[in-house]
Amino acid sequence: MPTIEPNTAICLDHVSVAYRAPYERIGTLKEYVIRWFQRRVKYQHFLALNDVSLTIKKGEIVGIIGHNGAGKSTLLKLISRVLTPTSGRVWVRGKVAPLLELGAGFHPELTGRENIYLNSAILGLTRKEIDEKVPGIIEFSELHEFIDAPIRTYSSGMSARLGFAVATDTNPDILILDEIMAVGDEAFKHKSEARIRSFFEQGITIVLVSHSMETVEKLCTHVVRLDHGVVKGDGKPLEIINEYREISAV
Amino acid sequence: MPSSELIYDSTSRKSPAIEELKEAVKYRELIFQLTRRDILTRYKRSVLGIAWTMLNPLGMMLVLAFAFSQLFRFDTGGNYSTFVLSGLIAWTFFSQTTTACMNSLVWGGGLFQHIYIPRSTFAISSMFTGVVNWMFSLVPLLAIILVTEKTLPWTVVTFPISLTLLFAFSLGIGLLLSAVGIYFPDVVEMYQIILSAWMYLTPIIYPENIIPAEMQWIFKINPMYYLVKLFRLSVYDGQLPTTADLVPAAAFSLTILVVGWVFFTYKSKEFAYRT
Repeated sequence: MPTIEPNTAICLDHVSVAYRAPYERIGTLKEYVIRWFQRRVKYQHFLALNDVSLTIKKGEIVGIIGHNGAGKSTLLKLISRVLTPTSGRVWVRGKVAPLLELGAGFHPELTGRENIYLNSAILGLTRKEIDEKVPGIIEFSELHEFIDAPIRTYSSGMSARLGFAVATDTNPDILILDEIMAVGDEAFKHKSEARIRSFFEQGITIVLVSHSMETVEKLCTHVVRLDHGVVKGDGKPLEIINEYREISAV
Repeated sequence: MPSSELIYDSTSRKSPAIEELKEAVKYRELIFQLTRRDILTRYKRSVLGIAWTMLNPLGMMLVLAFAFSQLFRFDTGGNYSTFVLSGLIAWTFFSQTTTACMNSLVWGGGLFQHIYIPRSTFAISSMFTGVVNWMFSLVPLLAIILVTEKTLPWTVVTFPISLTLLFAFSLGIGLLLSAVGIYFPDVVEMYQIILSAWMYLTPIIYPENIIPAEMQWIFKINPMYYLVKLFRLSVYDGQLPTTADLVPAAAFSLTILVVGWVFFTYKSKEFAYRT
């Protein structure tokens, strides 16, 4: 394990994630038992991440780039604790806010207000914290007169606004972003972009996955390139992005 | 800055069972919100609302009570419908909560793939939803007993103790089933068959003395036998459970709860690898 400096926010040390997939999908216990007796349970290991080591300092804005299936999402899952590495160590300091699933766990039959409580509780907030946030969330989502109507009566834009408001009304130390999200109509898009921008200005640590090289170049202070689960580049944005462009052009 | 004290280390050697317990306490608001969601959504769209929770088990119990009292004429030494109802009070809680627990953890998987949530919160909230539904269904049941027996024994005050033990046992079984069900979803289907076999092996619709003495061991190894008995003693026999009744019920329940919790939390790191 590399020494963890006081300014380290995230540290991955020789991290691998291996998905163990049976050659043939065994979906039932019955099948499994039969095959186990026949000694026919064989697996192949698929390495989503292979011996990845990287350190992210507090206040850095890190862009993760790479083609589809390079392991970007797996990396985000490790940092946000959804996944535990198969080997190696993941070390994270501070409160992590994943802005991945907006409105995760929204229930159509519940009202907007009830869903704010449910969704915030999913994000690990206590009752007191939620009570304090509710007015701000309603204000930001502009759903005042609809907040006590069931979500199933909302338009998709309305529930996206509510999801965004709940997910971003938080004071994280580390923010995880899968693409820069902007939701709703034009006016709300500006508002949501402004809120994301304010996170960048607050000096918190941000890990951003994006396919837009322009976004990454403009926003990030540090870029990591993944290729088939291996770190192929880790350094200054322009350098890594140019490398990536060269390879992708071939 | 207090939040920078928060450190996550995937190689932490702390016991997963204890860590999960701390997380469940930390996420107690989620347990409450999930329970609330399950109760609210169940009642919001149905015209009869809460009445359904009361009528469902009631309907089933009336069918059973009528069928068996006419068909088999078991001699239970008292009113047969009260006898059946007192056993079903415990059984329906167990069968409904364990099934709900497994369903929410096996099929509710989408959320766990995106956001970190201590999974035990889903299991615990299934149990609390069961408690709320159980209390609703108790109203008509006690009313029937009151009508047929003209009296309700005061010993029903021991229900909270019996229900706590049943809660612990159901949570333990629910966690064990879910841990297996995440790997093999067909366990969910298989469990329904096991449940009906288990119900007939437990003296719920028949008195235990119809089983010959040399076969009685089959009750002694069945935790539900002791749990059903606790409820039956207080509603049907009007007796307080003795130490001899409580000790095996508590021992089975707590053992299963600990085994289920430890097994579930020990396996839970692998759950995210299963979709």
